[in-house]
Amino acid sequence: MLHIVNKSPFENTTLASCLRVACKGGGGALLLIEDGVYAATKNSIAGNVVRSAMGDIQVYALWPDVEARGIQDRVLEGVKMVDYGGFVDLVVEHSNVQSWL
Amino acid sequence: MVNEGPYTHQASDSAYLFAKATLEKGHQIHRVFFYHDGVNNATRLTEPPQDDRNVVTRWSKLAEDHGVDLVVCVAAAMRRGIRDENLAPGFRISGLGQLVESGIQADRLVVFGD
Amino acid sequence: MNETTGGIEDGDGSGIVKKFMFVNRKAPYGTIYALEGLEVVLISAAFDQDVSMVFLDDGVYQLAKGQHTKAIDVKNFSPTYRALEGYDIEKLYVERESLEIRGLNAGDLLVPVEVLSSAAMGDLMKTQDVVIGF
Repeated sequence: MLHIVNKSPFENTTLASCLRVACKGGGGALLLIEDGVYAATKNSIAGNVVRSAMGDIQVYALWPDVEARGIQDRVLEGVKMVDYGGFVDLVVEHSNVQSWL
Repeated sequence: MVNEGPYTHQASDSAYLFAKATLEKGHQIHRVFFYHDGVNNATRLTEPPQDDRNVVTRWSKLAEDHGVDLVVCVAAAMRRGIRDENLAPGFRISGLGQLVESGIQADRLVVFGD
Repeated sequence: MNETTGGIEDGDGSGIVKKFMFVNRKAPYGTIYALEGLEVVLISAAFDQDVSMVFLDDGVYQLAKGQHTKAIDVKNFSPTYRALEGYDIEKLYVERESLEIRGLNAGDLLVPVEVLSSAAMGDLMKTQDVVIGF
């Protein structure tokens, strides 16, 4: 299952809810888009949460959103970058998609 | 499915860029369904500044070039003053059943919103 | 035009039955998502699909007893949740942690629901064909 999070983890509990349900439910992938990409920054509280979730879930971030926000040099190691085409591939590879709005 | 209007939230931009990439990869788009404030993507009265993207005409062009079905929810549209008379080219107003039908017919349904 | 199923009545004729899950994560009234989300769920009932509703995070407040909206001049749509059964929408799931964090329990809710752990909720989500979140 592909989970999509588009909210900053610093003002919203969406990422925490997604990880609570998705990780315990086991496996799948997390794609961070829009303001959700801030969760992929290293040395941040959210980044630490994402890093510890990586054992349970594959983490991707949408590169155009990362770059737009100027965080490309601070991305957490292990987060895979995808463009919109890669986003499409992730949707195809997983049997279903949940956008955590 | 697009649940936010243009400009205020990035959802419509993300949805459009995702849709474009989907077509470029050779997939088909069964339908784009506009709901909640997403119905505001459909008004031809939109006039952004010249140096900004035109979210509405971009959708219209996608419909024209690729035959993508752009459906605006009638109930959500009526609440927000979107009518046939101010609809941009390529959009049509219909019921929520069109969304459920897309869920049934398409291999994947992706939601963009706030 | 009124609210219709978009010209598609009593299913789409394809005979396909998919698992639809509607995930409600937002409180009522502050935004319109809960109300318009409920409208989608009601329409989906006409398509003979395998529908379930999930209430997570602030979505659990949609089911709170005792909603009185007269003074904010907004329609109280909470009785609609009680009517879902009449639409054959009987699979209502609530995440235990979402209730506990908010100091609620199943007895505070308008309708009978199945309370699930986060893990069980995740497992259920994985088995769905279509997941629509509001």
